[in-house]
Amino acid sequence: MDIGRRNNVTLTGDPDGPAVILAHGFGCDQNMWRLTVPALAEDHRVVLFDYVGAGRSDLSAFDPRRYATLDGYARDVVEICEELDLRDAVFVGHSVSSMIGVLAAAAAPERIGALVMVAPSPRYIDDDGYRGGFSRADIDELLASLDANYLGWSAAMAPVIMGNEDRPELGRELTDSFCATDPEMARIFAAATFLSDSRADLPGVTVPTLILDCTQDVIAPREVGAYVHREIPGSRLITLDATGHCPHLSAPEATNAAVTEFLAGLR
Amino acid sequence: MTCPFGPEPDPRHGGGGTAADTAFAVLLEDSAEELYEHAPCGYLSTLMDGTIAKINTTLLNWLGLAREDVVGRLRFDDLLTVGGRLYHETHFAPLLRMRGEVSGVALEIRRADGDRIPVLVSSTVKTGSTGEPLLIRTTVFDARERRAYEQELLRARKAAEEAARRAEADRARLQDALSVLQQSLLPASLPSIPGVETAVHYHTASPDRLGGDFYDVFPIGGDRYAFFLGDVCGKGPQAAAVTSLIRYTLRTAALHDPDPVAALTTLNAALFERYTDGDPRYCTLVFGILEPDPDDGRLTVRLASGGHPPALVLRGGSPRGGSLRGGSLRGGCPRDGSPRGGADFLHTPGGMLAGIVPEPVFTTATTTLEPGDCLLLYTDGLTEARTSKDRTALYGDDALRAFAAGQAGRSAAELIRALSALLDEFGEGLDDDTALLAIGVPARPSPAPSPAPATTNR
Repeated sequence: MDIGRRNNVTLTGDPDGPAVILAHGFGCDQNMWRLTVPALAEDHRVVLFDYVGAGRSDLSAFDPRRYATLDGYARDVVEICEELDLRDAVFVGHSVSSMIGVLAAAAAPERIGALVMVAPSPRYIDDDGYRGGFSRADIDELLASLDANYLGWSAAMAPVIMGNEDRPELGRELTDSFCATDPEMARIFAAATFLSDSRADLPGVTVPTLILDCTQDVIAPREVGAYVHREIPGSRLITLDATGHCPHLSAPEATNAAVTEFLAGLR
Repeated sequence: MTCPFGPEPDPRHGGGGTAADTAFAVLLEDSAEELYEHAPCGYLSTLMDGTIAKINTTLLNWLGLAREDVVGRLRFDDLLTVGGRLYHETHFAPLLRMRGEVSGVALEIRRADGDRIPVLVSSTVKTGSTGEPLLIRTTVFDARERRAYEQELLRARKAAEEAARRAEADRARLQDALSVLQQSLLPASLPSIPGVETAVHYHTASPDRLGGDFYDVFPIGGDRYAFFLGDVCGKGPQAAAVTSLIRYTLRTAALHDPDPVAALTTLNAALFERYTDGDPRYCTLVFGILEPDPDDGRLTVRLASGGHPPALVLRGGSPRGGSLRGGSLRGGCPRDGSPRGGADFLHTPGGMLAGIVPEPVFTTATTTLEPGDCLLLYTDGLTEARTSKDRTALYGDDALRAFAAGQAGRSAAELIRALSALLDEFGEGLDDDTALLAIGVPARPSPAPSPAPATTNR
C-alpha cells in the first residue's frame, strides 16, 4: 500500500533536519498548519499528512472498524513513520491528535522522541472527579450537527472525489474542500474523538512533552490542560494568550515561539 | 404633429404614478441603520476572539436577549448549542481563519427560553489595510423551514443508500442461489472411468451464469457409462429450467433403457408433452453409451444425435492401426506411433430436434476409440463464434476440424485446454453458451510398465 498517497503525506523543510510531524485534529486537515510550517521549515524536516477519511486522503482506504477508535489513527501515524523511516521524530498533535500521539509513541517508541500537545484533552465528557467540559448529551448533539451539515459537506467533497486536480477552473472548489470530510467518516472520527478516554495512558508517557493550552477554549478548558500536565511526568505546560481551540491559527506567533523553543531544547 | 412635454409615461406604472411614488418615498426613508436593525436576517460583528461587538434587533429578538446582555459579554459560540459549539470550534472557526469566509454552515442557536432555532451561518473576516484580521461579520438566516426540507432530503438520501445496500445484498444472495441452481444443471465433477479420460469446458454467455448448454457423464451399470451434451433453444433462466428437465429425464431414461435412441425418444416425449402448449422448448443433443473393453483398452461409443452438430473423432495414430475402427477416418493413421493423426466428423445426418414433433427421427453412429484417440462433443457456440476483424465471419466446421487435427494424439485434458484457449482468443466474438466434452482413451504405454508397444514401434 502507498502510505504516502493514502495519508496525503507532504514533506517540506530541510530534508536533513530533525523530523517534526504535524498532525491535525478532528474537523480539519493538514491545512490547519499553514501558519506553523514556515516557523519550522528552516531547521526541520516537516511531515504533514491527513488522517484517512480527512482532507485529501484516500477515502477508499477508510475502514469503519479501524477508525472507530483512536488506535486506528495512531496506526496511521506509526505507518507513516515507518514509511519515512523516522526516528526520534517530534510529534505535534492538535486536539485529539495529542492523544493519538501518546498512543503512537507507546506503539513505536523508537519512532517518536517528543510530543507537543496543542489544546489536548484526554477525555471530553465529565466523569467522577474529572471535568472534561461536556456531557454525553452534548456529544450526541455534535453528532447531530454533523448530520445537519451532511448535504453541505457532501457537496464540498464532490470535486475532490471526482479527482479534477488538474483542472484549474475547479481551483476554487478545491480550496473549498479544505477541511471538508466525508460525512460518514467525519461522524466516525467524531465519535472516536469525543467518546474516547485516554486518561490512563498519560502517566505512561516517557518522552519530553510540551503542553499548550489557551486562556479561553471551550473544547479543552484550562483545567483539562492542567490535568494533562499533572498526569504526564516531567511535562511542561504553557498557557497561550489565545482564544478558541486553534491557537496555531488564532495566535500563530505565540504558538510558534513556544514550539520552536521546545524543539531547540531537545537538541 | 405635436410632441408631449417631458418623458413618456412608463406603461408599467399604469399611467398614474402616485402609488409608485409613495412606495419609493417609503424606501428612501428605510435608512441603512433601519435596514440593518430590522433586516429579515440576523447580523452580528465580533472581535477576532468571537466577542460580540454589534448585533441587530432581528437576531436579538430571535434569541430573546437584550442588547446589553450580549454586546461585550457573550461570544458568538455562546449563542450556539453545545454540539454546534464543538462543530464551530473544530470546523467553522479554523475554516474561517484560513479562508477569510465561510458560508452556509448549518448550526443551531439557543434562545433564552431554551428553544433552538436552526440557522444557516455565513461569516467573513474584515481585514485592515495590511491584511491583518480586524473583525468577523456574520449573517444568520432562519433555516427552520429549510432545515425541515433538508431533513426530508436527508431521510430520502439515507433511504436511498439503505435501498442500494439492500439491493446489493439481494443481488449477492440471488447470485448465490443462481450458482447453486447452475451447479444442479451440470455435474460437479465427471466420474472416473477406468481406461478413459474425460475433460470438459463450460462457458456461459449470460451474466446470471445460467446457460442453455448442458452435458453429463454417469454410470448406468456394469462397466458402461452414458454421456450427453446438448443445447437448449434460448438462454437464461427459462433455458436453465428446460436443461434441468432434460438432465434428469435422460439420467432416468438411460437407467431404464440405455439404448441411445430409446433415451432420446423418452426425452422427446417428456419435452413435447411439457412444452407443447404455448411455450415450445426444444433442444439439440448427442446421447451415447461408452463401453470400455478392459482387455484391449478400446472404448466403443454408440451414440444418437437429435439435430446436434456432429461429434469429432481425433485419431492419435496408435500402433494398433485404424482398421478396427468404427467411424470414418480421413488422413490415415500413421503406424509409426507418432502423435500425428487426424480428425474427422462422426456424421449423424438427419437427426431431428428433441421436443418439437411427437415422433422424431434420431440418427445413430458408432465408433471405437483406440488408445490415443479422442471423441469431442461441442455446442454451436464454438463453431458459430464470430471471427475476423468485423466479427461477421463464423469460425465454422472446417476450421474446427483443422484445429482438432492439429491436436490429434493429445489427451482429452490437453484438447480441452487448447480449445478453451481458442475460445479466449475469440473474446467478444464468443457470444453464445459453449460446452465442450472430450472423451479419450489415454495413449499407451507411457505410464504402463509393459515394454511391448515400444518394441512394436521400432
